[in-house]
Amino acid sequence: MYAVLIAGALVMMLPFVWMVTSSIKAPHEITLRTIQWLPAVPQWENYKVAWEAAPFDIYFKNSFIIALTVMGLDVVFSALAAYAFAKLNFFGKNFLFLLFLGTMMIPGEVMLIPNYITMVNFGWIDTYASLIVPWTVSVFSIFLLRQFFLSIPNELFEAAILDGCGKFAYLIKVMLPLSKPALVTVMLFKFIGSWNSFLWVLIMTNTPAMRTIPVGLTYFVSDVGAYYNYLMAASTFAMAPILILFLLLQKQFIQGIARTGLKG
Amino acid sequence: MLRIPAQMKTKKYWKETLEAYLYLLPAFTILGLFSFYPVVKSVYMSFFDWSLLRDTQYFVGWENYEKIIGDPVFRRAIMNTARYVIGYVPISIALGLIVAVLLNSKIRFRGPLRVAFFLPWVTSSVAISMVWRWIYNQHYGLLNMMLAGLANAVNTVVEFVSFGHLSEVWQFSNPNWLMEPQWTIINLVIIAVWQSLGYNMVIFLAGLQNIPHELYEAAEVDGASPWQSFWKITLPLISPTTFFISIISIIGAFKLFTEVYVLYTGRPGPVNSGMTIVYYVYRNAFERYRMGYASAAAYILFAIIFVFTLVQMRASKRRIHYGS
Repeated sequence: MYAVLIAGALVMMLPFVWMVTSSIKAPHEITLRTIQWLPAVPQWENYKVAWEAAPFDIYFKNSFIIALTVMGLDVVFSALAAYAFAKLNFFGKNFLFLLFLGTMMIPGEVMLIPNYITMVNFGWIDTYASLIVPWTVSVFSIFLLRQFFLSIPNELFEAAILDGCGKFAYLIKVMLPLSKPALVTVMLFKFIGSWNSFLWVLIMTNTPAMRTIPVGLTYFVSDVGAYYNYLMAASTFAMAPILILFLLLQKQFIQGIARTGLKG
Repeated sequence: MLRIPAQMKTKKYWKETLEAYLYLLPAFTILGLFSFYPVVKSVYMSFFDWSLLRDTQYFVGWENYEKIIGDPVFRRAIMNTARYVIGYVPISIALGLIVAVLLNSKIRFRGPLRVAFFLPWVTSSVAISMVWRWIYNQHYGLLNMMLAGLANAVNTVVEFVSFGHLSEVWQFSNPNWLMEPQWTIINLVIIAVWQSLGYNMVIFLAGLQNIPHELYEAAEVDGASPWQSFWKITLPLISPTTFFISIISIIGAFKLFTEVYVLYTGRPGPVNSGMTIVYYVYRNAFERYRMGYASAAAYILFAIIFVFTLVQMRASKRRIHYGS
């Protein structure tokens, strides 16, 4: 049983291992026709060459700016909306909630084309605005936070309101501190989703100045062609931030998925 | 006659409504602009010959839909997706379940093993597809080199045990995975299984936690083997999870795009062998600027996915299985 699991895990790791070992091979080692697991001399400067062959510093900066902003705004907007749905009583509540939930059933590809036209009309093509603003609210985050807010007893809420605590103050002072695990899950999913997003960035950007890591990487391929050692070096550093984030927060991550069963 | 609930007459209720709307305002604005509006707008557009390069657009009725349904390339996309689903969903679910069951026992290195299986799922599709492109390389790719080694070993062993009567039983042809169209869907299936196995495993692990431990103990007392317990207890009781994952996987499979785009550097595979519905939408909208036509294709995608979503919603209400 152990043998099966360990063999399976090794197969799963194989592409990563091959990526890293290929990334430090010399050009003649890349074109060997038999398997060579490790290079004779690790060519660490491949990373430097790859990094300088395309504006990866800009791509990384863009990816970080976009992912962090999207994550920050999403958690704020979603927490506000989730609070209204979870704790307040208002006209049209059920209707609005169903309307919000309904968008989760519609594939994003349906909205792609009108959104593209909206972006053209706003003059937002090739700007941060187009890469950030449409993604600052996700119904998934609202839904997840609402479920969590609902699990916080109402008596607490009513007592606080009776004591003269404002509703907004209650959200900030009581709800949010109590909801840390849910907030972390929402932020984590949003950050990774934004970092890995591809199609939208592909159609929104025309110039290298606005590209993110995934899109930059696809252009890098057409630039360097078949130099797979450089390509693998670039793939390695493109993956690194998310892999590190995952290894640091794997518990929250896996629990988040198990709890929600939803793709990020 | 419309009955107005008592609470609606109070001032407090309307004050709270106003406050709630303030909380919802940012979310509603963003969703309104980038979700509600485009959903309606793309239905409207799908009935037009809509080009970004013109100012006036022409109403064409159902023509876009008729053309798409009649387009062999679109049919190809549907067929490719179907083959992809049939190839990847059962394998990825079966392997995910096996790994989950093995990991569900109290074993050492459970954590690291779980991470190893899950890692592919978090990585960016672009970067990882790049790695697979390198693995599939005909001459220097890991896959062909490993297969060649394996073929060689098999041939040597067969030759040895047959006293030299059988040589070269496995003639390794060094397939060109990325250029020969018959491999395209298989290539994509391998990547998809590898990437989604860990995700399925995590969901299955959560599902396995919900199976009462007493059932296994009772089965053991009655002399059931672990194998029998798996078939008679685990498999039936995990079936809601299996169903959920199947639907999620099928919906995801219909949205396949990035892997194809990267694996074949901006082409839908040799002779459209990797054409998918989303690729079809992308090509018509952003390479040919036929926005109305592409909107209609996107709506067909929506219709297909919607069927699966409805099935999933029905089933989660009835909570399949858990029979007596």
